[in-house]
Amino acid sequence: MIAFGQFLEVLIGGLMSGVLYSLVALGFVLIFKASGVFNYAQGAMVLLAGLALVRALDLLVANGFPLWVAVVLGIGFAAVIMAATAWLIERFVVGPLVNQDALTLFMSTIGVTFVIEGVAEMIFGSDVYPLQLFPTDAWFLFEGLFPGGILVNKLDVWGALIAGILVAGLALFFQRTKTGRALRAVADDHLAAHSVGIPISWIWFVVWLAAGLVALVAATVWGTKLGVQFSITFLALKALPVLIIGGLTSIPGAIVGGLIVGAGEKIAEVYLGPSIGGGIEYWFAYVLALAVLLVRPQGLFGERIIERI
Amino acid sequence: MTTEATLVLSVNNIEVVYDHVILVLKGVSLEVPQGGIVALLGANGAGKTTTLKAVSNLLHAERGAVTKGSILFDGVEVKSLSPNDLVRRGCIQVMEGRRAFAHLTVEENILTGAFTRRDGKSAIAQDLERVYAYFPRLKERRGSTAGYTSGGEQQMCVIGRALMSRPKMILLDEPSMGLAPQVVEEIFEIVRDLNIKEGVSFLLAEQNTNMALRYASHGYILENGRVVMDGEARALTANEDVKEFYLGVAGDKRKSYRDVKHYKRRKRWLA
Repeated sequence: MIAFGQFLEVLIGGLMSGVLYSLVALGFVLIFKASGVFNYAQGAMVLLAGLALVRALDLLVANGFPLWVAVVLGIGFAAVIMAATAWLIERFVVGPLVNQDALTLFMSTIGVTFVIEGVAEMIFGSDVYPLQLFPTDAWFLFEGLFPGGILVNKLDVWGALIAGILVAGLALFFQRTKTGRALRAVADDHLAAHSVGIPISWIWFVVWLAAGLVALVAATVWGTKLGVQFSITFLALKALPVLIIGGLTSIPGAIVGGLIVGAGEKIAEVYLGPSIGGGIEYWFAYVLALAVLLVRPQGLFGERIIERI
Repeated sequence: MTTEATLVLSVNNIEVVYDHVILVLKGVSLEVPQGGIVALLGANGAGKTTTLKAVSNLLHAERGAVTKGSILFDGVEVKSLSPNDLVRRGCIQVMEGRRAFAHLTVEENILTGAFTRRDGKSAIAQDLERVYAYFPRLKERRGSTAGYTSGGEQQMCVIGRALMSRPKMILLDEPSMGLAPQVVEEIFEIVRDLNIKEGVSFLLAEQNTNMALRYASHGYILENGRVVMDGEARALTANEDVKEFYLGVAGDKRKSYRDVKHYKRRKRWLA
């Protein structure tokens, strides 16, 4: 019974942290789905959103605003910053590069990454800023069933809840609204979408804005977990295997991929770690992604490559 | 042929350059009267698609630019308008190779054509039914993923999509490409129907000269970026050169290789 309790704890912990990876991966999916651009800057956007939020919060609280007002204003401020970023990127980077090779666009987002990181730290500072939006203590569940119960982090539960709401919202947006339909059309064929009068620059702004807001949501959760600091940008690397496993074009895929990666790496660490040495957590996801690439290159939920015979 | 007032499109002596160096159109002029079907004929690489894209302003995305001449749609210079402005004003292109949105359903594809419209959901729903009335086959397949439908259905789907924008003129690029003759016939019949019942003008780029001249009122023949001949469709069909070079009908007896020199000479004259 102790062994099973421990397994459950590892599994739940893993699934929850996986959802947090999914939050970052979602931003990638949004942009890739609509423009075929692999946005390397997503991690930097999480950093920017986090810094804007935490610095605005600190300033407002220091000036005597009540906390809830400060939170609302701070999130509003960060959202405006993300909107401005989306506009600038569309206007000066992706817009002029329309119809260029996917690789060219990818390279341009690497450039954008460095600009965002540099400018964000120049304006908002480069320290570690603690953020306290969600409770970080733990629950102990089923104490009657297992000795000591199962430890569940409250922050992780919040993260999972928020990710769920976000995915439902995005799915509705993509499937049910006119703009969502136009987004999918642009994703399929830029030029054809252009020819029926869908303004691509507007669509791309909307997409980058959506990715920016997803980055903001990810920043609230990850900032609470790690503090807002430069290393948040490396989350982008953690999102990579999630994307490959789930499929670059699928929103549910990002979630399922996150769950698989999260649970997989924690279980591997706990159960395989002792026999082949620790540190599996750091590379397990990448090996898993490689295996998926070999068997199903579009990922578990990726858009099927349509080929008429 | 017609007076200025009833022209929906007039292209005046345009030159188009790709990548700043490649001269593709060398002075093309043509006119589409209100409610007419005008065929733009010519071989591969003659400049048909480029002409259409110059009108719909889609050249920009492919590094092309109109460097000389003017294009008036409904009396307005096209140069200053974006493609979505043009769609809003009633000029929409149906691109070569169908280009249906593969991962969207047929119905979603058709609805994307209404993106520029601001006249409310019920008007759009009404127009959707109208499109289904013209293309009953699309109604049957409304829920299927467009990428898995047949070539003919995809062609109908993109024409229906264009109709949703309530166009005055459709620039139709090679609707016959890769389709069975009966399907081509079916699509041309619908084009004529739309022309008569909805009053939509068509500028039709085609390689299938025979079919295009049967449905068009007027034709232009492009070669190497120049208009080499134009006239009433009936007159073109009767023209000896058109018969020989484009319709594959060679007078009374079959041509042999002995006459190749003759062919070349006349070809030079045409260019």
